[in-house]
Amino acid sequence: MSERLDAPTDGAGSTLARTGEVPPERLEVAAVTHSPRRADIDPRAARRAERQVSIMFGLSAVLVVAFIAAYVAIDISSTVFIPGLGDVGAMNLALGLTFGGAIFLIGAGAVHWAKKLMPDVEIVAERHELGSDEATTDAALAAYKRGRDESGFAQRRIVRRSLLGALAFFPLPLVVLLRDLWTQAPGAPAPYVQLANTIWEPGERIVTDITYQPVKAEDIPVGGLVNVVPERLKEVEEAEGNLNARAKSAAILVRMTPEQIRSQQNPDWDYQGILAFSKICTHVGCPISLYEQRTHHLLCPCHQSTFDLADSGNVIFGPAARRMPQLAIDVDAEGYLIARGDFAEPVGPSFWERG
Amino acid sequence: MNSLTARRRHPAVAFVLLVLALGLTGTVYALVSSASAATAAAPAAGDQTQIDQGRQLYLEGCSSCHGLQAQGTGNGPTLIGIGAAAVDFQVRTGRMPLAQQGAQAPAKIPTYSAEEINQLAAYIASLAPGPAIPTAEQLDFADADVALGGELFRANCSQCHQAAGQGGALTRGKYAPTLMGAEPIDIYEAMITGPQSMPVFNDKTLPPKDKQAIISYIDHLQTAPQPGGNALGSFGPVTEGLFLWTAGLAALIIAAVWIGVKAK
Repeated sequence: MSERLDAPTDGAGSTLARTGEVPPERLEVAAVTHSPRRADIDPRAARRAERQVSIMFGLSAVLVVAFIAAYVAIDISSTVFIPGLGDVGAMNLALGLTFGGAIFLIGAGAVHWAKKLMPDVEIVAERHELGSDEATTDAALAAYKRGRDESGFAQRRIVRRSLLGALAFFPLPLVVLLRDLWTQAPGAPAPYVQLANTIWEPGERIVTDITYQPVKAEDIPVGGLVNVVPERLKEVEEAEGNLNARAKSAAILVRMTPEQIRSQQNPDWDYQGILAFSKICTHVGCPISLYEQRTHHLLCPCHQSTFDLADSGNVIFGPAARRMPQLAIDVDAEGYLIARGDFAEPVGPSFWERG
Repeated sequence: MNSLTARRRHPAVAFVLLVLALGLTGTVYALVSSASAATAAAPAAGDQTQIDQGRQLYLEGCSSCHGLQAQGTGNGPTLIGIGAAAVDFQVRTGRMPLAQQGAQAPAKIPTYSAEEINQLAAYIASLAPGPAIPTAEQLDFADADVALGGELFRANCSQCHQAAGQGGALTRGKYAPTLMGAEPIDIYEAMITGPQSMPVFNDKTLPPKDKQAIISYIDHLQTAPQPGGNALGSFGPVTEGLFLWTAGLAALIIAAVWIGVKAK
């Protein structure tokens, strides 16, 4: 088999190998005809090239000085109009042009130098043999065998096996740490429990995002959209020092006429046509509130998953695999909208333990 | 004087006089009609003659799609209760009347004059209460908090209109238009009326103070200088990447060719 693969097609090399002749050290390449450059034959051209290179290097130094001058002299807020670019910050432009020009001229000078003045004849750089010689490989093999025999790795099976066992256990801490990558305070629930729950609680007031104002049911018009968060979000964020709570609990309120609502995840989770849904796409977790009030479609800008909020938040298009979780809402004694509890299903993208 | 007398029989005289006369007539007409528009805009909304004139305009221009009683038909939604602000937004920005049926009514040169828009708005507002055209006081964003406006814009508007207000695609050919060039009154009216796909952000859930903050942020987006020069449409990595991949790669190829070419 291997003989067939090695079999030559044109013959030259293998005939030599078979007959035991020594192959040539390297293949003779057709010689490139070398024509001398102007700078090689004309000393005036060489001097001119030399001058050009030194001018490039000199200009580079001048540009560096200009960079420092621009940094000191130009007012940081001044702008200059450049056609095609518009009004550009004058200092930024000057710094970029001088510094970029300085480094470009060093490179350009070096290339010009190499092309005009350095020798342009082809030189052959010989490679050394890839393999080690026989004595070195034998010595290495002998050292390995001696180490194996003297350590007793082959004979002392219990030592060998316990070592392999220890090495197999060694990566376990990494797995445990990976599992707990989620910031975890002592006594906090397991990561998947944290992923599956948000800070919405029964009776939690629904407040507007950014301004944290409670919302009355009659304030939301049909066709309206309100981006909302739980009332406690601000304090939870300050206590936890991160945005995890917001990333899970962000929600939207929309209002339809009761006839427009074809179905809900539970028939009484709305309040007089006001529906609350998670704002986190169930595909990969983009925050979405591209709500088309006339079609009641919620579109995710990342991958175009589309949810029909008038029909239980079901997916009608795109890569999302699960419907948008709905939040059951009600009003409190003062007429402000409240959550009746947490989302009934985990919000956001799927995760391992969710199944 | 002499030269004028000498040239009055010139063959071009009739033509020049005609042009002058036409120009004069046009200018006088424009002055008179804009003056009448300015006076006609003055009557308060609810003025009965204005409502009647608006109804006449409505029956001629709008009723074929929106119904003789503004009750809506298969071709257009009901206009009862949409308020004067919605009429002003749709007609003043040229979105209505529609040029043709389609996924979205685009902004275009308005068909009706300011006076006629006020009449139409008065008629629609007389059918049922709805959001009124915002007052100059509501639109004054001089003292607004532009940073808060930025936060509110990113929370409420940027999903559809893009973080820099450049607009973006919705489903099935619909789109959120760019906000570049939008006037404060356009922005305010759009928020309180929810035109086309846009949800309603009324003054209860988004108080006027917050709306003014958003308007001042959009004004900032429209007017703030770009220290980096051409923003390439503010579309972020899409246009910037395209520019770098074409212009940057072309520059690199030119440099590589220059390095590789043999000197003479």
